[in-house]
Amino acid sequence: MIDRDKNVIEVSHLTKKFGDFTAVDDISFEVHKGEIFGFLGANGAGKTTAMRMLTGLSFPTSGKGSVAGFDVWTQSEQIKKHIGYMSQKFSLYGDLTVRDNLEIFAGIYGMKRQVASVRIEELLERLSLTGESRSVVRDLPQGWKQRLAFSVAIIHKPEIMFLDEPTGGVDPAARRQFWELIYEAVDEGITAFVTTHYMDEAEYCDRISMMVDGRIDALDSPAALKLKYGADSIADVFDILARGAKRTE
Amino acid sequence: MEVSGSENSPIVIDSLVKTYRKNFPPAVHLTGRMRIGRGELFGIIGPDGAGKTTLFRMLATLVTPDSGTALIEGMDILRDYRKIRTVLGYMPGKFSLYPDLSVRENLEFFASVFGKDIDVNYGLIEDIYCRLKPFEKRKAGKLSGGMKQKLALCCSLIHSPSILFLDEPTTGVDPSSRRELWDNLAQLKASGMTIVVSTAYMDEADRCDRVGMMKAGSFLAVDSPADIISGFSRKLFSVRSDDMFRLLKDLRSIAAVDKCYTFGDSHHIILKTGIDAAPEEICRYLTVKSGHSGVVVKEIKATLEDCYMNLEER
Repeated sequence: MIDRDKNVIEVSHLTKKFGDFTAVDDISFEVHKGEIFGFLGANGAGKTTAMRMLTGLSFPTSGKGSVAGFDVWTQSEQIKKHIGYMSQKFSLYGDLTVRDNLEIFAGIYGMKRQVASVRIEELLERLSLTGESRSVVRDLPQGWKQRLAFSVAIIHKPEIMFLDEPTGGVDPAARRQFWELIYEAVDEGITAFVTTHYMDEAEYCDRISMMVDGRIDALDSPAALKLKYGADSIADVFDILARGAKRTE
Repeated sequence: MEVSGSENSPIVIDSLVKTYRKNFPPAVHLTGRMRIGRGELFGIIGPDGAGKTTLFRMLATLVTPDSGTALIEGMDILRDYRKIRTVLGYMPGKFSLYPDLSVRENLEFFASVFGKDIDVNYGLIEDIYCRLKPFEKRKAGKLSGGMKQKLALCCSLIHSPSILFLDEPTTGVDPSSRRELWDNLAQLKASGMTIVVSTAYMDEADRCDRVGMMKAGSFLAVDSPADIISGFSRKLFSVRSDDMFRLLKDLRSIAAVDKCYTFGDSHHIILKTGIDAAPEEICRYLTVKSGHSGVVVKEIKATLEDCYMNLEER
């Protein structure tokens, strides 16, 4: 359930400059606990730069931000421990087994052995990977690797998981299966922060933001955005907003 | 759409088979003969591991088949591979330009490999390259995703091929840039080029003359999008309520529902064969029995994506 009184991300006037280029230009927004937040925008609009600041991988030039209750300026190591992260180019240890991979990441996140082993069983079952726990990851079909990468990202029950184009290049059936994993994780209380170029997936989000030229030009529920822009689909909303972009990637 | 007579089809595939590892199923296992016509825009869709990239690599003479063959402009992929490479443009799924060379240097390099001068075929890439022109001196590795894609397309066209292969050219590309790329492809097609493209986007597949749905190494269906859609004979409904995640579970628990999957702002359901229901009945059931509010049920026509979703589970 979404708790609108509790924010997992709070960002205020966040800005990132590279020389005289302003990649992220004074953005302010909140992400509520338990919601699926879609972070949309054209290539080059500043999404990746913004995400790098939110995941503790780079510092802002100015502005404030907190993620999972930790400050982006002073507590980036704490942030990393309390978030999950997965991108389309996920990385697993290919020559180790499914279980090895889960155990390694549980260790990296500093989970106690007892807690980790319960969690690993739980994830193996939920992802229907129990029978494959001793299989070497390299030999698994792509869809299973993706499920495993997702479980690795949420093994420590993070407050929030960042999913950076998790379904890029994935066929319609597998994309849907993946989104059901997201739904289930959210059901267990994890907040999801997702980027995607599939506009039908934007519809699965509780709220979406649209970045244009480093700014957030729109932020609301998919239904409210469609109403506001008189559009039939989020794809149309995207077009209307992207047309106003001055930046050429 | 076979534009010309089948004798001079630019692409003829004949029972191609490729297995990479012993005791593993073949990556590609095509039986019979398949032709792609002059000026045709042919789309390939299918899940990861379906064999799309392996098929491209065999047709592009980069991987040799275990058995079977294919003719590209009448030339054999095994015997005539050198000649084939001069008439073929191939844009692989992985970014394969030289990151340390500038935009301009990459283009010059690819032109020189084919013994061509950029200026000779510039007209062909002008519409695409004009967007890259301001960044000509930038290193290719420093370009954004959309720009890399444009440069890769230019480099695969600079020798003026008659056939173009594109392996998932729009993965990671935003919606506006995707449309631009497809407008470019439409122009190339209009100039007579034969194009084979794989994609994970069904709206892109819709823009093809024919689509091949590939799974486990072979084509399950090859037809025009319109014919694939008109071949979909099941009743299809779109369903919405105020609690979409619970609705998904509730719909799946109904015995009469054969399949249920998410579809943007609604869920689509197909009833089991032999069972019929009016939208009002489904609506009443969900409201009364499952306690949903804001229920909207409509009978709808299938899209290509619906056809794909149902092919998948055969």
